Amino acid sequence: MTLATPPKLRFATVWLAGCSGCHMSFLDLDEWLFELAERVEIVYSPVASDIKVFPEGVDLCLVEGAVANADNLELALQLRARSKVVVSFGDCAVSANVPGMRNLWAGVEGGSRQSVLKRGYVELADTGAQHPHAPGIVPELLERVLPLHELIPVDHFLPGCPPSAERIRTFLEALLRGEAPPMEGPAMLGFG
Amino acid sequence: MTTLQLQINGRAVSAAGDATVLEAIRSAGLQVPTLCHLDGLTPVGACRLCLVVIEGHPKLEPACVTAVADGMVVHTHTPELDTYRRMAVELFFAEGNHVCAVCVANGACELQAVAVEVGMDHSRFPYQYPRRQVDASHPLFSLDHHRCILCTRCVRVCDEIEAVHVWDVGYRGSSCSIIAGLDQPWGEVAACTNCGKCVDVCPTGALFRKEDGSGEKQPHPERAHQLVEARTEHHWHNQ
Repeated sequence: MTLATPPKLRFATVWLAGCSGCHMSFLDLDEWLFELAERVEIVYSPVASDIKVFPEGVDLCLVEGAVANADNLELALQLRARSKVVVSFGDCAVSANVPGMRNLWAGVEGGSRQSVLKRGYVELADTGAQHPHAPGIVPELLERVLPLHELIPVDHFLPGCPPSAERIRTFLEALLRGEAPPMEGPAMLGFG
Repeated sequence: MTTLQLQINGRAVSAAGDATVLEAIRSAGLQVPTLCHLDGLTPVGACRLCLVVIEGHPKLEPACVTAVADGMVVHTHTPELDTYRRMAVELFFAEGNHVCAVCVANGACELQAVAVEVGMDHSRFPYQYPRRQVDASHPLFSLDHHRCILCTRCVRVCDEIEAVHVWDVGYRGSSCSIIAGLDQPWGEVAACTNCGKCVDVCPTGALFRKEDGSGEKQPHPERAHQLVEARTEHHWHNQ
């Protein structure tokens, strides 16, 4: 008689407006990734799959990054509709963090969107200064960069810039055991 | 000095007649979070993190500015207090621009530490993103208004210990801010002695030394108390 292996969790990671540092920290899990791979099936991830469309029926989704442009917004709504458990993964997802700093210019003429594009692509350009404009290819910036939970319901928050591999592991191990992650104390909490 | 008896979290505690509730709490080995309070400076009750329940009082009281009374029954951690403390910390983060990742005080910030203490994993309040200024006019130090929580430690240390009163609080409501001199650039205030005490006691990255980059600030909040103690007890005369 063979023991039935438990079904693998359908696991996704998403990268919105962030620096990929949270995903790099995720990769710092090193050999524990092999253990994770035995428990989950990675169905969507910028660092572990080449799937372009967020799939249906995801059990657990880690989301790195703030919501800063139209593509981020579309993916955020899609992943929420298709995932059982959504995790704000790192400070950008939790608080908008560094991408959110352009919100300081929301109240000035032209708003934050125009201010940041003008600064980045016109004022600082050496040659060929122009606003990027390619509808359907270059996603439009939203006027305000928002943390994930201001747009979609979020089930868990995993702060840190980035959260350390140890923090990510403790968090995931608890979820894989079906328990609430132990979000207390400096080992598990803390921005920056 | 009379000694008073009170009860804190069900424990019998003795306190000097002129003690504050915060002093009684700490002398009993108990803790409540604080930000504006600093040993050595006059308490002001600005941050509201040390709010406690005192039986018979109709409202919550800030422990740092409430005097002990004989027979007082104090509770420092109730579900209501824990909820309000976390809300207060979330409001601090939502009200200013506290981007820890790029702050000089990252890792050595009292606001950051208190957020951990109250169990904050995110802010439920929308971030306001006020447009504030950085005053880099001083040759040694800078003031980043984005990081200021208006605890007024800098105001008090400069007034009460350095006895110069460079700092004050100007404007009102959400425009309230720390001002130097007569609301001048800090570097133009001739009264400033460049002592750096305000920088030492600042709990966040609002006041910092110019040479400090992200995560490099080394605050010294104990300096105010050390100086008061040294002056009172004439440490220097004994050496």
